Amino acid sequence: MKRVRVIPVLGIDRGRLVKTVRFGDPRYIGDPLMAIRIFNDKEVDELLVADIRASKARREPDHALLKRMAGECFMPIGYIGGVATADQAKRIFDLGIEKVGLCTAFLENPSIVGELAGRYGSQSVMVCIDVARSMIRGQRAVGCSGTRPSRMTPEEAARSAVEEGAGEVLLHSVDREGTFTGYDLELLRSVVRSVAVPVVPLGGAGTVDHLAAAINTGASAVAASSMFVYKRNDVRSILVNYPSKQELERLVANNPGSEVP
Amino acid sequence: MIVIVDYGLGNLASVQNMLHKVGGECIISGDPDVIAEAERLILPGVGFFATGMRNMRERGIVAALDHAVLRQRRPVLGICLGMQLMARHGQEGDALGLAWFDADVVRFDQKRMGAAKVPHMGWSVIAPRYDHPVLPMSDNEERFYFVHTYYAVCERPADVLADCDHGYTFTCVIAKDNIIGVQFHPEKSHRFGMALMQRFIDWIPA
Repeated sequence: MKRVRVIPVLGIDRGRLVKTVRFGDPRYIGDPLMAIRIFNDKEVDELLVADIRASKARREPDHALLKRMAGECFMPIGYIGGVATADQAKRIFDLGIEKVGLCTAFLENPSIVGELAGRYGSQSVMVCIDVARSMIRGQRAVGCSGTRPSRMTPEEAARSAVEEGAGEVLLHSVDREGTFTGYDLELLRSVVRSVAVPVVPLGGAGTVDHLAAAINTGASAVAASSMFVYKRNDVRSILVNYPSKQELERLVANNPGSEVP
Repeated sequence: MIVIVDYGLGNLASVQNMLHKVGGECIISGDPDVIAEAERLILPGVGFFATGMRNMRERGIVAALDHAVLRQRRPVLGICLGMQLMARHGQEGDALGLAWFDADVVRFDQKRMGAAKVPHMGWSVIAPRYDHPVLPMSDNEERFYFVHTYYAVCERPADVLADCDHGYTFTCVIAKDNIIGVQFHPEKSHRFGMALMQRFIDWIPA
């Protein structure tokens, strides 16, 4: 029996654990190392760490912090933020992080995806597609922390990422981020149909039912951030949390048609 | 001292992190002399089968490993690609392996898998076939983290220690004598992986 991965995403900014709403101003949440320890105890399936402004600020990844995080993380861990070259990716992999996500770099230089996939394998390369809706053109993939729209629709961006060699697509809805209103299932369905690799939605999840809805829509794994750092989706109370084993088993039981046999 | 074999591919730091956590003294080395004299070995790896073998040949690691494992009979744990390299042939890049097992490494057959996707990425429960010091039979569910597109097919059923399911049943742990190889990543598998690493450190093969 295989369980669908439920992936907390930890936003970091200058060494601090932070959280945003619709990619707005980051709010301080706490110490990222403390969060890693708690997620170890909760036996989380997998973690993603996202340096939310590294690309926009043209900043190098925070290697010292990432090294400490990876050193305490006894589960799969991926990193997104400011990686644009093979050398930068190598430094991340050398820390004991096995997956690198490309977002802005993919939009600016798609061939970097293939370069990394050729060297480290497709399973090590995730493309993160941040999606924002513009009044005139509809949904588009955006770069640089949501500030720079591309010409590509989310489906075009996903197809291009997979053609280049991405092993997984993280589909991040800017408009839903931090809102607890559920994933953009229409967007998810359409992107899942466009590519053969696992698609992982991020942005909007507030409940286990939201996770289940995404899995029923074809997500191979589900990612969320706010849900796992706020207590019962109340932004006044910070509490690093993760669904119980029983709740996660419910995800499996409800979803005979997904990746779960 | 445990030697984590460095042949230029893979997740060496995470294996080292996990060994430190369970109290195993270890070094990372690609030096054939160090490898040949190791008391205990971990052969990690993530990447392309043919590249792994080419790297090991170019660096003189194949002969050093054969000496330590086959002649000195030192305990060795292969992880992911490190396990696959213990087979005689890998489909990925059509290359010969270390040939410690009469096994071939083949790609998941999408036609037999239904909705399951390749690569197999995520947590799966494994089913041991018999009791082994590194992987004892247990009433509790043992789950591990997998990321792979290829797996080993053993010619001798006795070499298969545990099975797993992804679309169909495949071999996920191979073992004989002083050698054990796992397709999953114990270094990324919480307490399940920690316990396995601990048992490997303590293992004295018969």
